[in-house]
Formats: sequence, C-alpha cells, structure tokens
Amino acid sequence: MEAQLQQLKEEALQKIEASMNVKELNDVRVAYLGKKGPITDLLKGMGKLPAEERPKMGALVNVVREEVTEVLEARMTLLQDQAIQEQLEKESIDVTLPGRPVKTGNHHPLTRVVEEIEDLFISMGYEIAEGPEVEKDYYNFEALNLPKGHPARDMQDSFYISEDILLRTHTSPVQARTMEAKEGKPIKIICPGKVYRRDNDDATHSHQFTQIEGLVIGENIRMSDLKGTLSVFAKKMFGEDREIRLRPSFFPFTEPSVEMDISCFKCGGSGCNVCKKTGWIEILGAGMVHPNVLEMAGYDSKKLSGFAFGMGPERIAMLKYGVEDIRHFYTNDVRFLSQFHRTEV
Amino acid sequence: MLVSTKWLAEYVNTHGLDPKELGEKITRSGIEVDAVIDRSHGMTNVVVGYVKECMKHPEADKLNICQVDVGEETTQIICGAPNVAAGQKVIVARPGAVLPGGIKIKKAKLRGEESNGMICSLQELGIEGRLVPKAYAEGIYVLPETATPGESALPLLGLDDTLLELGLTPNRSDALSMLGVAYEVGAILSEDMKYPEATYTESSEKASDYLSLRIDAIEANPMYVAKVVKNVQIKESPLWLQHRLMAAGVRPHNNVVDITNYVLMEYGQPLHAFDYDRLETKELVIRLANDGEKIVTLDDQERTLKSNHLVITNGKEPVAIAGVMGGANSEVHDGTTTVVIESAYFTGGSVRQTSKDHNLRSDASARFEKGVDPNRVILAAERAASLLAELADGEVLAGSVVVDELDKVPAEVVVSPDFINNRLGMKISLEDMTSILTRLKFDHQAANGYLYIKAPTRRQDIKIPEDIVEEIARMYGYDEIPMTLPVEESKPGGLSSYQARRRQVRAYLEGAGLYQAITYSLTSKEMSQKFALETAPVTELLMPMSEERSTLRQSLIPHLLDAVTYNTARQADTVALYEVGSVFLGETESGLPHEQEHLAAVIAGKWLDHSWQGEKKAVDFFVLKGIVEGLMELLGHSKELTFERTVVDGLHPGRTASIKLAGEEIGLIGQLHPSEQKMRDLKETYVVELNLAKVINKEVEALYYAPVSKFPSITRDIALVVDSEKATGELQAIIQLSGGRLLKGVHLFDLYEGEKMEAGKKSVAFSLTYFDPERTLTDEEVVNAHNKVLKALAEQAGAELRG
Repeated sequence: MEAQLQQLKEEALQKIEASMNVKELNDVRVAYLGKKGPITDLLKGMGKLPAEERPKMGALVNVVREEVTEVLEARMTLLQDQAIQEQLEKESIDVTLPGRPVKTGNHHPLTRVVEEIEDLFISMGYEIAEGPEVEKDYYNFEALNLPKGHPARDMQDSFYISEDILLRTHTSPVQARTMEAKEGKPIKIICPGKVYRRDNDDATHSHQFTQIEGLVIGENIRMSDLKGTLSVFAKKMFGEDREIRLRPSFFPFTEPSVEMDISCFKCGGSGCNVCKKTGWIEILGAGMVHPNVLEMAGYDSKKLSGFAFGMGPERIAMLKYGVEDIRHFYTNDVRFLSQFHRTEV
Repeated sequence: MLVSTKWLAEYVNTHGLDPKELGEKITRSGIEVDAVIDRSHGMTNVVVGYVKECMKHPEADKLNICQVDVGEETTQIICGAPNVAAGQKVIVARPGAVLPGGIKIKKAKLRGEESNGMICSLQELGIEGRLVPKAYAEGIYVLPETATPGESALPLLGLDDTLLELGLTPNRSDALSMLGVAYEVGAILSEDMKYPEATYTESSEKASDYLSLRIDAIEANPMYVAKVVKNVQIKESPLWLQHRLMAAGVRPHNNVVDITNYVLMEYGQPLHAFDYDRLETKELVIRLANDGEKIVTLDDQERTLKSNHLVITNGKEPVAIAGVMGGANSEVHDGTTTVVIESAYFTGGSVRQTSKDHNLRSDASARFEKGVDPNRVILAAERAASLLAELADGEVLAGSVVVDELDKVPAEVVVSPDFINNRLGMKISLEDMTSILTRLKFDHQAANGYLYIKAPTRRQDIKIPEDIVEEIARMYGYDEIPMTLPVEESKPGGLSSYQARRRQVRAYLEGAGLYQAITYSLTSKEMSQKFALETAPVTELLMPMSEERSTLRQSLIPHLLDAVTYNTARQADTVALYEVGSVFLGETESGLPHEQEHLAAVIAGKWLDHSWQGEKKAVDFFVLKGIVEGLMELLGHSKELTFERTVVDGLHPGRTASIKLAGEEIGLIGQLHPSEQKMRDLKETYVVELNLAKVINKEVEALYYAPVSKFPSITRDIALVVDSEKATGELQAIIQLSGGRLLKGVHLFDLYEGEKMEAGKKSVAFSLTYFDPERTLTDEEVVNAHNKVLKALAEQAGAELRG
C-alpha cells in the first residue's frame, strides 16, 4: 500500500508538471485529490488494514496529499499568472490611435468678449440692462442731448424705419430708458447689445456691430471714479501692467468727454504694429453724464452725477485676437468660430 | 482741418516746438491731431532754375532741350512739359534729388541728348493734383520772376513746412480757423495772440452809394456785411498766399477768390465775392427762395430751390445760395473791376438743410452749419478789404453796407471752484483755475466763492458749468486726475434670472456640439417672413442701402441657412450652428415692433464620425429633436413638451413638427425641403427655431428632492403590432395614462417595419417600469397594472401583442 501511495504521488506530480493551463491542472486536481480520486480511495480502503497500521498509514496518506496539494497550488499560481500575462498581451492596444471625439461648440468671439466684460463689472456690483434694437428717435438721440438738427447726429448715419423710429445707433438708449425707469434712484449698469449704422461693410466697417456701455449714477460720482473704474477694467481685460491715459474728446451726452487709451499690450509701450508705433491703443469713449441727459430723465443734476463709458467688442476682439477684418464676425465661417474654443486664464 | 505750422506761427509763438511734439500737446489737451504731415517729404536738391534757352528735341516732338541756369552752372535738361519756355523761372530737381514716391533723379540720356535733372510740376513735389492752379495743372509750375536761380525751391513753395491734420469733433468748430487753432495753442503754451492786420486807405466814395441791402429772412440771416472794392486787378495771387491755400487744401484761382478763401481759413468766417457789375441792379435782397426757382451755381450745375432755402438775390433773381455756393451769373472773372465782398451770419440749421438738399458741402457750409463767431463777421470783411487793397490794387469804398440784428453777447457761466473739484475728484487751487481761464482768454472774475466767466463768442460750445469743468481739466491735464472708485452703498451686481438662464442655454447648446453664430438682423423683404413662428407685419427701412438689407427678420433660420451654405461651399463636412437673437414682429402701440428673443439652430452633414471604430452617423431629425428635448429638460419643461406633425413652407412636409409646451406652440423643427436643399447645394439639413423668451419665462416648479427608494423596481417589456401610421407618441401617452400610479417609466426600445411584418403594420416595443417607493411590489400588483395597460392599448389604438 505504501508503494502504491508513492507511485500515485509520482504520477500526480508528473501530471501536475505536465499541465500547461489552468483547466488541465484543475482536471489533475479532480483526478487525484477529488472525492472520487485514488487518494480518497486509499483513505476509504484503510478500513481493511489492521487497526495498528491505520494511524501510520493515515498520516502517510495525509502527508502525500498535502505534498501533492502544495505542488499543485504552486503550479496553479504559476499558470494563473501566465494566463493573465497572455490575456494582457492579447488585449494590448495602440494607444496612439485617435480617441472618440467629444464634439462641443463654443461661444462666438464677440460673446466671449462681452461676457468677460459683463462678469468683470458684475463683480464690481453692476447689473446688466438690455433694451430694444429698434428705438424711438427720442431715446436714441433726444434724451441723450442730441436734439433734431444737432450737428453731432452726422457722426452716426442711421437706418430709419419712420420719421421717429430707427435702428439704434448705439446702446445708449438703454441708459436713457433705465434712467427713466429708475426714477431718480442710483444706477450701476452695463448695457451690451447690437447696434446699426449706415455703413458699407468693409474690413473696418459693419452696418451691424456690437457695443457695450456702462453707466453709474449716484451722489457725488466724480471723474476720478471714472478713471479708477476704467483702470480696473483695463488691467483685468488686458493685463495687470496696463496703464491708461485719458484724452479730451466730445460726445453730446457727456461733459467732460474723454477717450481712453491703454498702454500697448503687445509691446508694452515701446511701439509696434498693434499700437501703430505710438505705444497706446484707443479702447473706449467715456465721460461725465451731461446734466441735460440727467435732467431729461428726471434726475436732479445738482444732487446726482454720473459717468458713462462705451466700447466696441469687435474692436477689442480684433485687437486681442489679431482679427484683421470685421466681417469675419458675421460670416460665421466654422474655421473662424472654432478657433475660439480654448479657455484663457 | 489742415494746419500749416509755419502759418500758425504768425499768430502765436509756438516756442519752436517740433511739429510732432506740438501735435502731441494739442492732442493731449483737447483736439486730436490725426496726422503730422511733412510737406518736404525729405526732398533735397530741388532748386530754382532759369530757362535760358529752350528748343525742340531733334529726335522727339514732345521733348524740349533746355539750357537751365541752376545757380552754380548752366546745365542741359530735357523737359517733356508742353508749357516749358525760355525765360521761365522753374523748379529743378537736380541729380541726386529724391522726390515723393521715391523717384530718384539721375543724369540720363534721352534720345541721345544729355539731361541733368528734371524740371518739375507741383504734382511731382507731392502736391495733390486737385490743388494745383488750373494754369499749371497739365505741365510744369512756373515761379515768379523774382526767384533766384540756385536757391532752394522748397521755402518759396511753402514745402519746408509741416501740417497738423486735426480731427475735429462737432463742438470745436472754433478750431476750423487758423486763429482758432492759435488760441488753442496759445492756451496750451501760455502765449498771447498776434492778430492779422486790417488797415487800408478808404476811398472818398461810400459803399452805400453803390449798393443797398435788404434782408427778408432775418431769422436765417441776422447779420450781413457788404463791402465794395473798385478798380481791382484780377491776377494770380502772390506765391505765399497760393501755397498757404494749397497747404490748407484749397486750390488757388485768382487774387480775389483766393483772398476770400484765405480769410475763411484765417478767421473761419466764410466770405463771398460778387462781380458788382454783373449784379446789374444796385441792390442785394436776401430772402427765402420760391419753390421751383432755379440757379446755376459756380460748379455749372443748375439747381432747383425750395422755399426753405435762403438765397442772395439782386432783387430779381438769385445770385447765390446763402452760405453754400455762389451763382455763376455773378462770378468774379478776369474782366471784373468792382467786387462786393459778402461777410454774413447764416444760421446753422438753414445752411445745413440747404446743403443737405443739394448734396453740396463746402468749406463755407461746414462752418456755417456749426456756427461761426458773431464777432468775426465784420473783422473778416475788413481783413478781406485790406488784402484786396494790398494784393489786387483795389480801392475800398468807405464804410460797409450792413444789416445787423445778431446777438453778439458772450454766454455767462457761473461756477464754483468746489463744483469743479467735486466733479473731477481733485483739489485744484482757485489760483490754478484762474490762470487756466486767463490762458484760454476767457473773461473771468472770482467773487463770493464763485467764478463769473464770460465765454468768448468764438467758443460757442461753452455754455454751462460742466463745460468749464472740462476746460479746466483738459488744461490742467487728465493725467493729474487721481484714480478712485465710486463710494456708495454696496449692493451685489449680477445677471437677471432671464440672463442667467440664457447663458445656461448657450452653454448647453455648445456642450451639445453647436457653435454660436451671429448673423445680421436686416434681410431682404422676401426672406424676412420665411420660417416665422407668428404672422405679423414686417418692419422695413425707409431708405435701405440695398434690397438685401431692407427689412428686419422675423426668423433666425434664413441667415443661419446662408451660413450653412457658405460653410458647405468651403468644404465643411459638418455644420452645426445656433444663434440667439431678436426677431421683429409688426408694430405695437408704441410704434416699435415687438422684439422677441428667439433661438435657432441648424445642423447638416455628419453628426458622429469616428471612422476607425466604425461609429458614423449623419444628422437626422432625431439628433436635433434630442437636443431640443435635452434643452427642455435643462429648463425644467420636459414633461410638458410635445411634438406634432405640421407643414411649414420651405420644410420637408413629412419631417416637420411644431414644438409645444403644455399645448402652447413655442417653435418648429424640421428638415429643409429637398428642393431648397438642392438649390443651396446642401446635404440634408435640419433646422429648429424656438421662442426663447417664452420658454425661459415660462414658470417652472421649484427643484425639490425626491427620496431615493431602497425598494427595487420591476420592468416588463411589450412588443406591439399597430398600424404603420399610428404615432408612437400616442401609444406612449396611452401607456402613461393607463399605467396607474405604479408605472414610473416608459421607454421605447425597438421599432420595426419591414418584411417580417404584415403590410401596413409596424412593431413597437416598450419597456415599462413599475415601482413603489414604499415597498417591494408583488407579482400580482404588477400583472394587474400591466393588464390595464394592454387593455387600453388594444381598445384605444388597436394594438396587439406581437406573438
């Protein structure tokens, strides 16, 4: 019986060694160690042995069994590892193949500029005001100190619908409407929107374009407040080291009126093609709200004062992104639009 | 306004400043200098020559061989100008000279004859052709006999000068004159003015014996001054006057016309010269024209007048359109001996209307429109008279013929220094303020804490305290204004809920793969109502620039389709665009159209394209519908959303739906009609338009959490056989209504029409989810609910379970 046991052991170890995969090895396990296997049979057959041999024999069988099991488990671990290795090799991919695109669109560059400006002023406590694109002559001109026959009306050739209705030539009528609606109370608004002027479309003119204006009215609003506000804007929009300068100008709805230049963001002021070698770039017009404008909207210009400023997102986008032709903004060429996908810090 | 810096220096000390520096100072303190123009263009070696001999070139008809004394030598120059002749003093560009435009002068041989330089026209020296006197327009320029051979020609021609081009805003019409600019520069540099001289010997005869004057339209013409000068010699003006006019952008004609233009440029007061004898009558009557009355103006155009046009007449017929242009019938000509000089004040509105009606803008009308200085009307007339005496040998008759009802009182402005400082946020001393007012030459007095200022009449823009604030600030320097932020009650800013949701809509659409487009609001009348969601009258421009942009749009789709066409023609294989913008519907009570904010999108081409994994899909109706459904879910309206088949002009009749929220129509979606698609050479294209304002403004339930249940749900699938035409939406509605409270979800997961089905039938498979948040459902409960659904489907839709 002992010899039989040794032979079984040798056989089992050989077969374990010969197993080349998990399945074969499992077959060996079942064949030799299973409930119907020869080792179990041997244990069952021990009843026929004399009682004094039984413990010795039992121990021997258990030793063989443990030995075989141990070798089998080791082999099993090895084969399982191999199997995983094979699987991994089979599953390896060309990681340089293109991924499945996540197709997303993006803001129009003008919206991008407008929202950036909106968000900046919202953070300083401004609200966003909007108004109609088809306006009454009154709100577009008269309420802004531009009575009929005023020479400054020439500055803005307009599309009229009727004698006293036109496509707004600037977003300033939103200011006039807001002032009227606020009935003498303080105001702090930003007005973005589309405006229209009688221009032939070319590289620098568009009969439809965008404006964004700001208006602050309160007690003792000073020109220094305008300058400080514009400086914050210039730094946020064009870089921390931007400087601003104000130059006298004229708008019928402000007095004094100024134009604001920023130090060139490309060359820093030393002169380049962006600033036309002057070191400065004209960005916006601004001024202290004209008392006539305040009075017409029912504000007491002795008690309240205000400032207003306005700029063209097209111009800002053209400067910022180097766009050379204003018509690109209205052609909606996907090759143009899709370039404004990435974020900026 | 072009300002010669040399001319300017006659009226004010410019401290010898480099013109660029002077220009910068002017810009920074109030008037934008658009350009600094060097009239010399860096020219050298351009000298006076004397043509000693001039003979035809033996080999070329059009060329002349000239022997020219250029000072240090006499040299041979070949000249092709028709007007070259012996005895002339001419402009010679010697070898080595570089002329404007980079032309280099070298010794050369022309048809075998040596040529050592070039005899020049004014155009060749960089003067615009339209400014060159007519006599020299087609050839070389001839200098006065007094010119010395060999001396530089540039100073003679005023080309050793630099121009400042002023970009004037409408308020600064005072700077439309050399004197006005001199005042401005004087204020900047703290310098006094030197006024031009106006002295002459009066004749013993009186102007009033020659001419009478009547004004029948005193409102439009409150002041008129006429001077009479006899025995004038019409000739060329002296060179200095001619080149100053050319520098200012005015073409010289003859001494009389040139003098009126010169004084216009000097004083900003337009003048006009009449030939006295050609007036025929001895009177001037200024009146409004009769409707239909005609006049031939100096430019030989016959013009028909209207009753609001002011005219100067000889008592019978018009001899000039007041402030705009003179008449040909009374024009000064070579034989003129007696002239009438008009210096008048015509009101801005009148001149503006007339010049607009005749589409005639002149140096004169531009100044009248903006308002001339009432106190310069007489000064300018006197200055012209003195120049006529000096340069045209004229005899100025004593006195003037005048009608004068013009208010010449300066505007008074009272302002406190505190007001000025409060507005500016500064602390400028009273002393500094008064010093600025002195520099500006504004009459002022400080008393009782106020400044009492009399604004000079040349500065008609100064009327109110704020105007003084600006004057003080710009002269003190805007750089000196500190930077502060408004001090006020702090309150949060932000977007309105509408604005915030609109931003979310945009972000969603972009996340879904659409690019934001911005198109024009103006379109053709024909396209304006296409795809409109509502029927409303159109809004048209009174005077469109083109038919293409004559009418405001009522739908965003047509221009988006144009963008698809544009991109497709440029090989874009996928176009997916959206736009948020206003449409303009009819007229409302206020007279303005109703502006409605809409959202539209177009998609064409491939939707998915990941070829190497075999994932490809062209756009279709359901791609776009899915985007709309997702949008409504985002806005909290998905439960109320339905689509109903409809027919819209321009869209595929079988693939178009109206979009409804709780039964109310809010938009349309569909495929572009194949014939339109073909016309535009597009691939299958789908469009949607929504009344965004209505969607965003629609009330939505507050977001509230529903507890997540720990009990399982049970799913039952059914495959139904129904008539092919049966809308699946209808089946879904039946299921939802009949499923009772336990039915929590219905999901269509298969649709089959084809060979395996009976003709006219289709199979639709739904997955139904039953669920009770409180407990685990029993089989019996689910079977009961499910049977009710099947029964309802059979009864209401004739649906059978597919075997």
